Amino acid sequence: MLAWLNERLGVEKALEWAKHKTVPVHRGTVFYYLGGVSLFLFILQVMSGILLLMYYRVGTDSSYESVRFITTKVDFGWLFRSLHSWTANLFVLFIFLHMFSVFFMKAYRKPRELTWMSGFVLFCLALAFGFSGYLLPWNELAFFATKVGTDIIGEVPGIGSWLLKIVRGGEDVTGATLSRLFGLHVAVLPGITTVMLVLHLAFVQIQGMSHGDQPEKGKTMPFFPNFLLRDMILWLITLNILAVLAVFFPWELGKKADVLASAPAGIKPEWYFLFTYQALKVIPGKILSIPGELVGILLFNLAGILWFLVPFWDAKIPEGKRNRVVNIVGLFAVLFILAMTIWGHWSS
Amino acid sequence: MRILFGGGIAGALAAMIYPAIKFLIPPEEPEAEPDILKVGRKEDFPAGTSKIFKFGRTPVILIHSKASGLLALSATCTHLDCLVQYRDDMGAIWCACHNGKYDLSGKNISGPPPRPLTPFAVKVIRDEIFIAKV
Ligand code: HEM
Ligand code: FES
Repeated sequence: MLAWLNERLGVEKALEWAKHKTVPVHRGTVFYYLGGVSLFLFILQVMSGILLLMYYRVGTDSSYESVRFITTKVDFGWLFRSLHSWTANLFVLFIFLHMFSVFFMKAYRKPRELTWMSGFVLFCLALAFGFSGYLLPWNELAFFATKVGTDIIGEVPGIGSWLLKIVRGGEDVTGATLSRLFGLHVAVLPGITTVMLVLHLAFVQIQGMSHGDQPEKGKTMPFFPNFLLRDMILWLITLNILAVLAVFFPWELGKKADVLASAPAGIKPEWYFLFTYQALKVIPGKILSIPGELVGILLFNLAGILWFLVPFWDAKIPEGKRNRVVNIVGLFAVLFILAMTIWGHWSS
Repeated sequence: MRILFGGGIAGALAAMIYPAIKFLIPPEEPEAEPDILKVGRKEDFPAGTSKIFKFGRTPVILIHSKASGLLALSATCTHLDCLVQYRDDMGAIWCACHNGKYDLSGKNISGPPPRPLTPFAVKVIRDEIFIAKV
């Protein structure tokens, strides 16, 4: 069997290569698992998403009803919907953790600039998945979250109103918006994400794992089977945590969206948008006669671009030395996000 | 040769991208803006209540305040597009999304909203309430 495959595909070469792949061992090794967990969560998301697609029907008079049908009538429908929602949250969480850990390990430095940049794109795609998926049940909270989120796009100077129309499929958030975000969520984003993921993993593969600020010739462990088995155990643990969350904290469906109802008191976005939300909430209406939210959005975009380009402005410092500026920037980002999120969570 | 080839490719791309972008921009739907909209009878709106109606494309909130009587304003928050609500307890119009506040004339008085709400006229003709453009 192996010989048969080998004759046609050269399997032995692949096995030979797997034997030589190693993972550095040092006090930061735990962080090497975060990307793997994110990958696992994405795979789960694709699988549960495809199952949901079997019953989900997009439309203002069918989206809410079909999700309710899934959760109340279909066998294990509640489980898969709850799983899809919880996995979405953990997926975003793990991408955050993964991104910050490679940031602090300086794993983006030459020659891994492209790995970092493709990873950043994946992070944006995860947020886009979360944003577009959130509207799909067409409930009240989702309706207003989408109104606010897309209205922000309209603030882009110059082409804003035009972009807004493309995203919303018209002037307002309607069934046309639902159709567009649905298409984005189940076709466009999965396609782009898969391509980006392949690139990202290929870059990691070609360059091998970075050593962080540890010496180049440190201890290592073989990827196959040692690291892979540890990976698998972690995936299994993640799956169990997810199952517990999905079963004991089933995801709410809420009230159906009503385009003529006021935004309900206490409305808040998902936790991963809370920090931007809180920042927009406390920015004054006008700063030097420029609309406050425009200033806020510009600052967030600027920060995002700087973050994306960190491999290029992180001063070239000899391997093994610390770069204070980068550490301070990273620490500031973490503290800002944490503080704003907590504040957003507790404020009324 | 290079120029010809490059130009050909650029042309072909443009010929594909232009229709796609045009396709993504939805056609204008001429929606008749009414001059006046009948919303109900006076007894349906006791003091202290409010309700949102669609005036053409615009959501308009009709408020019956104890102090100021019947009044109507655009219900779309000028901050980021949420729908506002009348808070009888505050004697003000409140937006739940980012805690924006307007007074009953529609003026933005606190929180992030940058502009006032557009006022609409309320007419009562033989106990029937109408909303109209001002
Ligand atoms: C190929 C991949 C995917 C497919 C086919 C898919 C499909 C779907 C469908 C049909 C729904 C509507 C049903 C429902 O609301 O439960 C949905 C909702 C949702 N999806 Fe996905 N999805 C995919 C990937 C993802 C990913 C990677 C994320 C992660 C960020 C995500 C986040 C969400 C969220 C937050 C909801 C709303 C959950 C709710 O409130 O019900 N999806 N998805
Ligand atoms: S949308 Fe009303 S305060 Fe932000």
